[in-house]
Amino acid sequence: MIETDILIIGAGPVGLFTVFEAGLIKLKCHLIDYLPIPGGQCAEIYPKKPIYDIPGFPEILAGDLVDNLMKQIEPFKPGFTLGERAETIEKTEDGKFIVTTDRGTKHIAPNIAIAGGLGCFEPRRPALENLSKFEDYGVEYIIKEPELYRDKDIVIAGGGDSALDWSIFLTDVAKSVTLVHRREKFRGALDSVEKVQKLVEEGKMNLITNAEITEISGEAKVESVTVSQKDRKVQVLNTDHFIPLFGLLPKLGPIADWGLDIEKGAIKVDTVDYSTNEPGIYAIGDVNTYQGKLKLILCGFHEGTIAVQSMYKRINPDKNLVLKYTTVNGVNGF
Amino acid sequence: MDSNTIRVKVIDREGVQHDLEAPTDMSMNLMEVCKSYDLPVAGTCGGMALCASCQVYVHSDHEIQEKSEDEEFMLDEAFNVKENSRLGCQIHMHNNLNNLEVELAPEE
Repeated sequence: MIETDILIIGAGPVGLFTVFEAGLIKLKCHLIDYLPIPGGQCAEIYPKKPIYDIPGFPEILAGDLVDNLMKQIEPFKPGFTLGERAETIEKTEDGKFIVTTDRGTKHIAPNIAIAGGLGCFEPRRPALENLSKFEDYGVEYIIKEPELYRDKDIVIAGGGDSALDWSIFLTDVAKSVTLVHRREKFRGALDSVEKVQKLVEEGKMNLITNAEITEISGEAKVESVTVSQKDRKVQVLNTDHFIPLFGLLPKLGPIADWGLDIEKGAIKVDTVDYSTNEPGIYAIGDVNTYQGKLKLILCGFHEGTIAVQSMYKRINPDKNLVLKYTTVNGVNGF
Repeated sequence: MDSNTIRVKVIDREGVQHDLEAPTDMSMNLMEVCKSYDLPVAGTCGGMALCASCQVYVHSDHEIQEKSEDEEFMLDEAFNVKENSRLGCQIHMHNNLNNLEVELAPEE
């Protein structure tokens, strides 16, 4: 069991900065995030986009902001549970919370800060009629174990980096790889596009452009997919696996069932300390809502800062907390 | 209505028509206009053409700014895409779009 003072759910910029503000008042933090890397949307969706409204930074790339935050919180040695989704929460007799992830990792803390942003990033599923029937029976949205595809026929759909990279990688593993993409052009990196073209020329990969999968067939598992190509006849490809890689879509996920007051997909909080209706659970950043809410990173920084003060008082009801300035005290890590 | 405001018709996913007034001097896009009227448009990525939660079907024949490469790519990967699909966040409110008519695409 991982034990900490504040368990932060979501390792985006707001969750990360909260570690800093908690550290200044000697509270330890542990973060859980479904993504395999810290940074949330900034790292996953737009690392190369400039942000212009971080105070003191006329312009900073989202990815660089995350790097800076990681450096800033280093003295406070936060723990991370990455690539796992916070699934369930239970209250202990002494008022603490146990949060368990989808992989069974357990965490215990007296305070929870939900900094989940827009939620967990889940794979985008194409609108195919019987798709769910084949999930885990030949349809996978995330490649976890490449060996699963050893000597198998596979069809990958998509035009972004993950579709290209996995198609390239799996040519060495699978019996056959067919990449199906809606257009001629690809969104992925030029280098990967060139590699795909080379593999196609060498006959190691089958590429079908201006096309999409319109049907999946099979008895107990995927046996074939139907490819509809612009201005051409539809064709049926026999395959063992169909892997649609269309990027990720955020969903609030299991947190929606934690008994918190939710309004329009966001958690309602009291702006005195960004606490939810459940004492000890706070919500900060894009995941919360209140009158006048602005979904801005800078507002999330403020919310996290206020929330940790309230958490301190919960843990130490008899102690008076005085605001300390870093200019006076510096940063004293753990 | 002043000269810096246009009318936009938005048909929601239940088929209900909403007549919106959109300012043209606030650098707003259609996704933002819909959100300001509390229409069910998520605008998940904030308007960077990195998600398709603001996809609309354009019913009127207005000349809309051409699709950027980012928008083209996003619409490639989006679902329920039709010939007249656009991302709301990439439709900037200009006076020439007065009486624009769009329909919200289904949610993914």
